[in-house]
Amino acid sequence: MNPALIIIFAFVVFASAIGILAGSRVKMNLEMWTVGGRRFGLLVMWVLMAGEIYTTFTFLGASGWAYSKGAPTFYILIYGALAYTVSFFLLPLIWRLGKKHGLHTQPDYFIHRYDSRLLGVFVALIGVAFIIPYLQLQLTGLGLIVHEASNRTIRPDAAMVVAFFLTCAFVYTSGIRGTAWVAALKNVMMLLTVVIVGFGVPYRYFGGIGPMFSALVQKYPRHVLFPGATTTMDSPWLMSTLLLTAAGFYMWPHAFASAFAAKSAETIKRNAVIMPLFQLPILLVFVVGFTALLVIPGLPSGDLSFLALVNQTYPSWFMGFVGAAGAVTAMVPASVLVLFASTLLAKNVYRTGFAPDASEEQVVKLSRFLVFVISVLALAFAIYFPNALVNLLLIGYDGVTQFFPGVVLGLFWKKTNAAAVCSGLVVGITLVAVLVIGGHDPLWGMNAGFIALAANFAVTLLVSLISTKVSAGKL
Amino acid sequence: MPKGTRCALLLASIPFVALVFLLPFVNRIEPIILGLPFLLFWIVTWVFLTPFLLLIAYRLEKKFNPPEDEE
Repeated sequence: MNPALIIIFAFVVFASAIGILAGSRVKMNLEMWTVGGRRFGLLVMWVLMAGEIYTTFTFLGASGWAYSKGAPTFYILIYGALAYTVSFFLLPLIWRLGKKHGLHTQPDYFIHRYDSRLLGVFVALIGVAFIIPYLQLQLTGLGLIVHEASNRTIRPDAAMVVAFFLTCAFVYTSGIRGTAWVAALKNVMMLLTVVIVGFGVPYRYFGGIGPMFSALVQKYPRHVLFPGATTTMDSPWLMSTLLLTAAGFYMWPHAFASAFAAKSAETIKRNAVIMPLFQLPILLVFVVGFTALLVIPGLPSGDLSFLALVNQTYPSWFMGFVGAAGAVTAMVPASVLVLFASTLLAKNVYRTGFAPDASEEQVVKLSRFLVFVISVLALAFAIYFPNALVNLLLIGYDGVTQFFPGVVLGLFWKKTNAAAVCSGLVVGITLVAVLVIGGHDPLWGMNAGFIALAANFAVTLLVSLISTKVSAGKL
Repeated sequence: MPKGTRCALLLASIPFVALVFLLPFVNRIEPIILGLPFLLFWIVTWVFLTPFLLLIAYRLEKKFNPPEDEE
């Protein structure tokens, strides 16, 4: 039995125990389960949000792109800073509505603002459809990390099954509080790993980060400029991707709803101010990817570069710690994804669409049951239909960003109505599906999701204007 | 629009200009600063400055906007 295996297992079980403990003394109702009773202060909000966004994608995707593509990976460092800047203005307004009208989810916002249950159900279904691949991404990442970190003694699917059973357990008992508590542990482990490896490997092989970049510039000069090693990811791609992801960041149903957990609009604003600082460690993740390119070129997949380099550089017990950090890093976003996928289905599809008389207790009960159903579904996808990491995330991102016009225009423009938002969504999502699945991404050098977002905005504006005229004509 | 919000929006547009629209003009290796190729140095600098811009925006909003009722 190798030490890595024991370390991974110990941390994963410990994390889940913390998560279960988090909810053990709280009476669980819908308000507590989904938004933690709206009591989270600045520290807990930070822990929760940093927990949600530093995903396995940060570990594997950012270093993997640095390794295989080069400069296009820089967008991962930038978009968070832009997204927090957007959230500084947007989220406090959304929080106020949530507090005033008791909203728990993103579809709740649409139902409240547009007074349309049909739109609510539609938005909830789209949200769930995009959450499941994102959840699958976390699972696949977890399986991959544990498999590599255990020196290939644990099979990926076995790791996924165990970790997700434990995640379900703490989501079931504690809801969002469980996520926040586990996230506290996760953030520490993740930051430690990134700092130790990010400073450690370039120092070990080149004597520092500067000399590593000198070597990189000499050997792979194209890697530090756009479009990197790609032919398609030049400035237009980068700019459109940044605008798309900055808009889409908080359109993920789980990220949107997390804002409701804050205790005041002030808390959210202050959180938005400090969050960009926590983007900076991503620079160290790039450094690991670039070092890997110089030290161990020719890996079959860039996604493996972080772990392969750690494996080659550090003793087995440290590999175990990295594996544990990676596993817990997957479990935190996974928990909040499962939580909101099940709440969306129970509250906004089942109750809003089919059983308006269902009580809050029934909704909570159904949500908790659905936690297991959705996890099993995502597991099945992860085991039987695995896919490349970053592409999966980009498709999801393109999709959820289509909520942006409905959310933003709804806040600032009275004329926006349900029919307009619905038409915009249909056009945006159809375009995303046709372009991305048809292999036309990027299109005209730009991110296809951005083109879909522009079309979505145009349709939403146009239909709002026309339908206001029609109803005005009737009066 | 209240004066505080106007100032805040103006400050918040700076990261977008620096980190989106100016990128094609800083897509170069030289000069290397603090060991980083120029493009990466530019990006890291502006990501680092963003929270400080938002902090100023936050202060200005507090100063100029009338306090709102909360809770």
